[in-house]
Amino acid sequence: MKLRKEGGGIMSGSATEPAVLPPSPAQIVPTDLSEQMLELDDDDDLEVFSKDVTVTDGGAFSTSDQISPCSLLNQYGFEEEEGDSNVKDIFVTVDNPESHVTTIETFITYRVLTKTTRSEFDASEYEVRRRYQDFLWLRGRLEEAHPTLIVHPLPEKFVVKGMVERFSDDFIETRKRALHRFLNHVAEHPILSCSEDLKVFLTAQAWELTSHKKQGPGFLSRMGETVRAVAASVRGVRNRPEQFNAMQEYVESFGQKISSLDKIAQRIVKEQKEYLEELRECGPTYTLWSGSEEELVEPLKGVASCLDRCCKEKEDQVRQLSEHLAPTLHEYALCADTLKAVLRRRDNIQAELEAKNDALATKKIDREAEPRERGVVWQSLLGRDPEEARQQKQHRLEGEIVELKEDIDKLEDRVEWANNALKGDWNRWQRSKRRDLRSAFVHMAEKNVDYYEKCLAVWESFLVSQRTEFGDGAERRLPSTS
Amino acid sequence: MRTTAAAAATMADSGSGDIAVTGNRDLAAGESGSDAKNTTAEQGTTLLKTMEINVAEAEKRTGKNAVNMLETYTVYLIETRPVDTVSEGISPTPDSLWRRYSEFEILRNYLLVTYPFVVVPPLPEKRAEFVWHKLSADNMDPDFVERRRVGLENFLLRVASHTALSNDKIFFTFLTEENGWKEIVFETGFQAKADSRLKALNATFRVKNPDKRFAEMKHYGDELQSVISQLLRVRARVADRLYGVYKVHGNYGRVFSEWSAIEKEMGDGLQSAGHHMDAYAASVDDILEEEEHYADQLKEYLFYMDSLKAVCRKHELTQFELEMAAQDLSSKKQQREELATGTVRTFSLKGMTSKLFGQETPEQREAKMKVLEEQIQEGEEEVKEKNSECDEFVNNAWCDIERFKDQKDHDLKEALISYAIMQISMCKKGIQVWSNAKECFNKM
Repeated sequence: MKLRKEGGGIMSGSATEPAVLPPSPAQIVPTDLSEQMLELDDDDDLEVFSKDVTVTDGGAFSTSDQISPCSLLNQYGFEEEEGDSNVKDIFVTVDNPESHVTTIETFITYRVLTKTTRSEFDASEYEVRRRYQDFLWLRGRLEEAHPTLIVHPLPEKFVVKGMVERFSDDFIETRKRALHRFLNHVAEHPILSCSEDLKVFLTAQAWELTSHKKQGPGFLSRMGETVRAVAASVRGVRNRPEQFNAMQEYVESFGQKISSLDKIAQRIVKEQKEYLEELRECGPTYTLWSGSEEELVEPLKGVASCLDRCCKEKEDQVRQLSEHLAPTLHEYALCADTLKAVLRRRDNIQAELEAKNDALATKKIDREAEPRERGVVWQSLLGRDPEEARQQKQHRLEGEIVELKEDIDKLEDRVEWANNALKGDWNRWQRSKRRDLRSAFVHMAEKNVDYYEKCLAVWESFLVSQRTEFGDGAERRLPSTS
Repeated sequence: MRTTAAAAATMADSGSGDIAVTGNRDLAAGESGSDAKNTTAEQGTTLLKTMEINVAEAEKRTGKNAVNMLETYTVYLIETRPVDTVSEGISPTPDSLWRRYSEFEILRNYLLVTYPFVVVPPLPEKRAEFVWHKLSADNMDPDFVERRRVGLENFLLRVASHTALSNDKIFFTFLTEENGWKEIVFETGFQAKADSRLKALNATFRVKNPDKRFAEMKHYGDELQSVISQLLRVRARVADRLYGVYKVHGNYGRVFSEWSAIEKEMGDGLQSAGHHMDAYAASVDDILEEEEHYADQLKEYLFYMDSLKAVCRKHELTQFELEMAAQDLSSKKQQREELATGTVRTFSLKGMTSKLFGQETPEQREAKMKVLEEQIQEGEEEVKEKNSECDEFVNNAWCDIERFKDQKDHDLKEALISYAIMQISMCKKGIQVWSNAKECFNKM
């Protein structure tokens, strides 16, 4: 894959990130499967680290993925504690959806605000407007550039079921929040946040972005990639390292579970909404009743008012659910698909290497083989000297073998790089997943407690008002003889 | 359903008579208060002051019915015990007998006919109505049977605490004599005394001067029936939806448990959170069962409205009969006048025929006059009688209606308070479950 290395000349490390300490065992955050999979210790890290430096030094083109200054330093800093939010130096928000009408189409743009202290950025604040297609483009580019990194998913194009109107407020709001989360995940990613495409996305004017989009690998080279990817996946990989098998298994199960939870969360939202609809009838019915009564007017109106207030609280609760938990679960269901794709791409790279190795082996055999009778006869039929022909053939083979060996070298680097990138990003993703899901569930539990607390207060105050009333009434009513 | 004070105190049903007695003491006290206003009522004692009544159990029986077919039905055990023994701390075995729902119906119909001025307590519903999906509409369903048992007990307690009703011999026999009661009650001939529907309807339409208060009461009865029916329907739908919400959370429990198997660090938190989700889902059963009690309290007053309206209709009937008698009397008087003066002011066939065929002889006329005078005298007595009947009815009925109004206001207010208490309890449970869940999630 011949990717032009963007930002290739900028090797001077003018990054503003603090120096990253080589990960020591104490700093390695134990995550779920990583303990078993990742036997990283200092030596391995350093070894790989130094190897890569020689490969990328001087800005030479390489088949490995682009490396930019900050990623070089941060590359194996995946094991940083989550407290690296303290050193967060880029803040992105997505808000303010607006409708744009042209003669051809109508679409929504979102305002993207960036605040940053990074030196790659000329200014410290940027404000641009982007549409969903732009986000799609960005993500595509990031995936292309980093096939074995885990890029956060985007909200889907269009929800078919549930009859969501493409331009309904709810849909736009949900999408806006999801886009915000997407950008934030990208901006937090040590490697992805350094992407030139991201920078252009965040800073360029509309026309600049359009022209930038036109650059990059052309149609033909992308076609080539696709063909090779398909060929590789058809071939399949033979010796997948155990840790990636474990990842595969995990992703399958995780994907299933999260999808279930996604469905459950959506179902709960639906049930709550239907419950709310029915509940709304209660208050007015009590009010209606109070119209026929005398003594009971106060308690009836009280109950009606309590029910109305509970309805409001329920509305709030439902909104919280649909704004936070449900979308998060949905995103991680999409993540599972992303992970599967990443694993597939890694497999493909390894499959390519295996294929080249096979080819090399075949050629070597050819080289050692005795020239066959038939081959000689054929050559002499063509009027060539058998000995000359054989030498020509040997020469050609040698050339091919050398070329293959070079390719294989590069591929081996690529495979190693891809594997390490994935391993590292896997841990980062696991941490991020844990953080996001925990926070979403905690938030849901909090909001539910909130709802019940508010309703409790409502009913308790009603009770207090009635009890004092009733207290007096009872004294008045019951005669002293009893 | 227990009477109100008890219901507010505990939601759990208990068969102990103590609570019942306490609850009804309120009523009894109230009644003695209102009875003091009523000069014509009997002394303010009620059966409940001397006797403790329980409907303790329900049982299934199979037997042959009137058409010799095998049927399954439920019988209820009525236990009675003199109050003195309870307060003295002695608890002898109560007397008891078994009755089925149809016998309660007969008793009630008897009371309706015999005490038309009383707002007679209703029986629990014959078939489960206003159901939401969980509750089966089957009469044999144990929940339904249990709620009916409570309702029947409530009926007996209400009757036993009413000054007029509780002193009725038939009622007493119902509680104490298992066999032969049916024969005794039918011997009273109460079925024949019942006013026909047609008669009552006729009176309603044609009565000229009913007491306005009764008309208002009838109107109120209609309104209350309408609004309570609506409330019960809404409540049933809400209950159905609430059930759905809680139960879906049970799915979280299942999936969390499965998910925790593939996670290392998040596993424990997920697993324990899952347990809380299961607990949350299960908690709705109790919540809705409590709400059924509330619905039953509303239903009682829904059905009470029929009795209330019946009393009002009875007034219209007595008033109508009075008016008919008065009208009859005045027409007879008018005939007498015509006969005496010889003028025919009103058209009558007789007048016409006598005009056509000649006048009557003086002897004939005198005979007629005599008959008329007799009739008029009878008529006047009847009007007097009907008048006093009507007055008596109005007084008694209005007195009972006032009693009923107080009871209704008291009971329904208690019901609303108990509803608030239920909501509070539900909220507290919710807070607990979700706080626990939050702790578990934090450990994820």
